[in-house]
Amino acid sequence: MLIPGFRTLRYNHRKDFHKSPHTHSNGHGAGGAIKTSTREIKVVRRVLDVNDAMAARNRELFAEKNVFVLNVMSSPGSGKTTTLEKTLIRIIPEIKSAVIVGDICTTHDADRLSVTGVPVVQINTDEFGGDCHLAAHVIEKATDNLDLDTIDLLIVENVGNLVCPAEFDIGEDARVVVLSVTEGEDKPVKYPLMFRECDAALLNKIDLLPYLEYDKELAVKYILQIHPDMPVFEISAKTGDGLDLWIDWLKVRIKEKIS
Amino acid sequence: MHEMGIAMQIVEIATASIPDDIADVRVERINLKVGKLAAIVPESLRFCFEIVAKDTLVAGADLIIEEIPINAKCNDCHAEWTINEPVFTCNQCNSGAITLLSGRELDIHSIEIYDKDA
Repeated sequence: MLIPGFRTLRYNHRKDFHKSPHTHSNGHGAGGAIKTSTREIKVVRRVLDVNDAMAARNRELFAEKNVFVLNVMSSPGSGKTTTLEKTLIRIIPEIKSAVIVGDICTTHDADRLSVTGVPVVQINTDEFGGDCHLAAHVIEKATDNLDLDTIDLLIVENVGNLVCPAEFDIGEDARVVVLSVTEGEDKPVKYPLMFRECDAALLNKIDLLPYLEYDKELAVKYILQIHPDMPVFEISAKTGDGLDLWIDWLKVRIKEKIS
Repeated sequence: MHEMGIAMQIVEIATASIPDDIADVRVERINLKVGKLAAIVPESLRFCFEIVAKDTLVAGADLIIEEIPINAKCNDCHAEWTINEPVFTCNQCNSGAITLLSGRELDIHSIEIYDKDA
C-alpha cells in the first residue's frame, strides 16, 4: 500500500525510486566506459491499458443502457455502507437503482444493502486474487447479473481503501469519496490521488463532532487544497443530517446523463 | 497493494514486446516511467514483479523506475510549475483551475535485451 511521498516517508520513498539494483551503463551517458551489450526496444505503453480499454467498453455499455454509474470509495469504516443504505432508501421511490459491492471477502455489506430492496451483486475480490480495488473487468462480470434495462442508477461500493481504487477507471460517470470525522483531518493530503480523482466528498459521522477533538475546518481546507471547488457534503448517515444536499447533487448529476 | 496486478500487466506487455526473431532472449531491464501521483510503491512493485516474472521470458529483468514529477499548468494565468507539496492551486494566482501536465504516468517506456552480437 502506498504512503504517498509528500510527508515523512518521502525520503525513503524517493530514494527507492532512484535505486538501481545494478550499476550499469546504458550507453546514453558520456562516462560509460564499459560497452553495453543490451539493445533497447521502445515500448511506450500504459501499464493499465487493458483496464482502461475495458473501462471504456463498460462506459459504452452504460451509455447505451442509459445508466448512471457512481463509484463510491473510502477507507474502511468511514460509513460507506450506511451512507448508501440511507441514500438508497431516499432515492428509490424516484430512481430505479442497483448496487455492486466490492469486498475482499464476506457478503455482510450486500446483506445490509439488500434490505433496501434493490438488486445487489456482491463481488468478493478473493476470487480475483484478493484485490484491494474493483477493476473494470470485475464490474463487467458483475453487470451480467443485473438487468441494466430496468435501472437508472448503478452504485458501485468499492473496496474500503483510499489508495488503489483511485487508480482504476471502471467506466463510471462520477466518483465520490467518503471520509469520517473519526479519521485524521489530514487524510486528503495523505491520499491526494483519491481526492484529486473524486467529484465530491462526503464528510460523515458529523453527529460525533461534539465528542471529538476534530478540526472540521482543517479537514475541509485540506480537501480544497487538493481539489479546489470540490463539493464537500457534511453528513451523518446515522441521523440523516445533511443527506438531502448530497442527494440533490446526485440527482442533478443523474438527470444530466439520463434525462 | 495492487502492485501484484500491475506487475502481471508489466510482464504481459514486456513479454509481448520482445521481437519474435530473437532466440534465447534475456531481458536485462524494463524501463518504467511512474508519476509521483501514481499509487505505486517501487519496492512492492519489484517484489511482486520478481514473483510473477518467474518462468517467463522476462525472469530476472531489473525494473528501472524513473519518477516523473507532478507538473501543472494554470488555466487562468497559464503559469507552469512543479507540485512538490500537496497543494493543487496555482502558485502564482492561487486559481484552483489547473491542468496536470504530468504525474499520473504508469508507463512501460522500453525494454533492454541482452544482445550477444554487441
